[in-house]
Amino acid sequence: MIHITINGKVVQAKDGEMLLTVIRREQIDVPTLCHHEAVEPSGACRLCMVEITKPEWDGWCDYVTSCLYPAADGLIVNTHAPKVNELRSSILDMYLARHPKSPEIRQLAAEYGVLKTQFEEIVDGNNCILCGICTRICDTMGFHAISMVGRGHGKEVAPPLNMAPDACVGCLSCAKNCPTNYIEYNVSNGNLSIWKKDFKMAACKECGKTTITKEFAEYLSKNRDINIDYFENVTNVTEKN
Amino acid sequence: MKEYIGVDGYQALAKVLHKMTPDEVIDEIINSGLRGRGGGGFSAGKKWKICKNIKAEKHYVICNGDEGDPGAFMDRSIMEGDPHGVLEGMMIAAYAVGAKEGYIYVRDEYPLAVTHLEKAILDCERSGLLGENILGTDFSFSIKIARGAGAFVCGESSALMKSVAGEVGEPRATYIRSVVKGLYDEPTVLNNVETLVNVPTIIRKGADWYKSIGTKKSTGTKVFSLVGKVRNTGLIEVPMGITLREIIYDIGGGILDDRPFKAVQTGGPSGGCIPESMLDLPVDFDSLTEVGSMMGSGGMIVMDDTTCIVDVAKYFLEFLVEESCGKCTPCREGLYQLHKLLEKICSGKGEMSDIEKMERLSENVMIGSLCGLGKSGPNPLMSTLKYFKDEYIAHIKDKKCPAGVCPELITYKILDNCTGCMACIPACGYDAIEGKKKEVHVITQDKCTKCGACYAVCNFDSILVS
Ligand SMILES: Cc1cc2nc3c(=O)[nH]c(=O)nc-3n(C[C@H](O)[C@H](O)[C@H](O)COP(=O)(O)O)c2cc1C
Ligand code: SF4
Ligand code: FES
Repeated sequence: MIHITINGKVVQAKDGEMLLTVIRREQIDVPTLCHHEAVEPSGACRLCMVEITKPEWDGWCDYVTSCLYPAADGLIVNTHAPKVNELRSSILDMYLARHPKSPEIRQLAAEYGVLKTQFEEIVDGNNCILCGICTRICDTMGFHAISMVGRGHGKEVAPPLNMAPDACVGCLSCAKNCPTNYIEYNVSNGNLSIWKKDFKMAACKECGKTTITKEFAEYLSKNRDINIDYFENVTNVTEKN
Repeated sequence: MKEYIGVDGYQALAKVLHKMTPDEVIDEIINSGLRGRGGGGFSAGKKWKICKNIKAEKHYVICNGDEGDPGAFMDRSIMEGDPHGVLEGMMIAAYAVGAKEGYIYVRDEYPLAVTHLEKAILDCERSGLLGENILGTDFSFSIKIARGAGAFVCGESSALMKSVAGEVGEPRATYIRSVVKGLYDEPTVLNNVETLVNVPTIIRKGADWYKSIGTKKSTGTKVFSLVGKVRNTGLIEVPMGITLREIIYDIGGGILDDRPFKAVQTGGPSGGCIPESMLDLPVDFDSLTEVGSMMGSGGMIVMDDTTCIVDVAKYFLEFLVEESCGKCTPCREGLYQLHKLLEKICSGKGEMSDIEKMERLSENVMIGSLCGLGKSGPNPLMSTLKYFKDEYIAHIKDKKCPAGVCPELITYKILDNCTGCMACIPACGYDAIEGKKKEVHVITQDKCTKCGACYAVCNFDSILVS
């Protein structure tokens, strides 16, 4: 165990654990848009940045993304230093200009005092904030069905060649974890469509309610050694999937 | 290869393999004061030392030949003209840090450099300078070429290493440096082409000889690509510490047509513009950084009074917006908005509050961005705003472009000394000029697109741009 100081309070941390984990454990509110427990941090949104210093740094301080910065003994962290607050509202202002219609962005920006963007609004944009949670989840699941394509301002999330991706099993992990609910999918009449691909759903043998896609059920039964019948019982397959 | 050996080639390699320990090599390079020529100016020897001291299964040496700056071609000329110098530098670095494998990352647009390097590698392999047990010692080393992915950001260290490993060349956010955990997560030395090519000479002639060139903190020479409104353009190799004035007036031969000098842009797209009052600045890593520009890889663009400084900032921002990888928000969205604000000012719609807006946004982009591209991206804007604020204000308040460049802020007029020669009438592609022979012609402002065609053909200086 090591000790670090967060906003004046000395707290315990594991050596090398990420600062954000410690900060959240202390119930301090730091906004994030690209962080997700289940996947590797990527450092894309930059909202989790904090001010750090050490006594031996002679008053010099640095600004780092807490989701990627390992705790080290003696580190002094300020999660709401003036420069950090200014940076966060500036970043949220940029997000608001790009995604003026996203309710999630509007709400978070408002919490940081940004009600209206001072920049040029992009009117024909969409609500994808390019946080990369969906693509990282898809990679972590092992499917690699979608990825970031293009660069700069034109970057977007898409399947290869923008066609229905072979690798997609319709697990919905991307859509359900999208912070702005941007990824569209449709379930009706025992079918699911997502990323321009159609799937048949498995159904509960008891009540007939649909559970998960047949492809996903097959994948899970093969890879986790579960009998396929398991997915034909609605009580086994909760919304969490 | 024969030619290279004829000029003492591979003598330095023989010297280190037979007479020096890796630590002695590192000390010699540290002592020479050699600093990275790829932009950062980090001590090459110190980088090697950190890398060597990390215990790991493998160490790598990579040569950065991505050279993404538009208009720069110094690394290309080295790779094409002196491929063995690059290889020898890499071999010495590899011996020093204990690497068995090396890569040269060459920009995709440089096929000739690839051909020459491939041939040089093959020659070395055939004569036992690459491979197992080089020169009868137990040092073994091989070099492979990796082709660049064609994006500016791929020259950034973490993006480059991902690209060499076959992944998308996008910067990786980490607080562990690549000397510690680089290619395939192993300790890796990444050096620029020009940095490495200096190494054999230092070993051969000694650190003290090298230190005698240049300044105390920036030793040796540096290659610049001098372009823009100077009489002599091209690649120049100069000792560090030479002044900008000497480069521009003595080597460059002064400004084209003897027009007034306005600014010199150094450091590539994310460098800065330096005004006339600082022409006596010595060119070294620290002085350039101090005035808000940087050494970068050695681009140098000279501008005269017909260059609009706001337009210049807009041009560089546009380049950076295009080249941003788009992963992190401040760079992707922030540079985009900075460019939008500059467009607004150039089109005459700027407001005074935009200046403060740009200053604050620039600072946040610099603090907030993930990699060097975003962190230094606002430089062209910040440095011009610092030294040429009046020109920004002229665009905003007076709605004038003093250099006569921004189309929305200038008018073309025909003066009374027009001889009525009618040359400009057909030159205008938009039928904007009317007039009869021997009578003063007139431009219909509504039709004028400010293309400047009339100005170019008028032999009597009768067209006024204001
Ligand atoms: C956006 C960006 C582009 C870069 N492009 C290049 C390049 O084209 N060539 C280069 O040698 N270094 C480039 N660098 C610097 C490298 O990251 C790295 O610092 C350098 O290659 C290290 O070598 P040196 O210590 O010998 O200078 C770039 C850095 C950034 C942030
Ligand atoms: S600073 Fe720009 S280039 Fe670097 S990671 Fe961020 S978006 Fe990509
Ligand atoms: S949570 Fe997005 S950068 Fe750390």
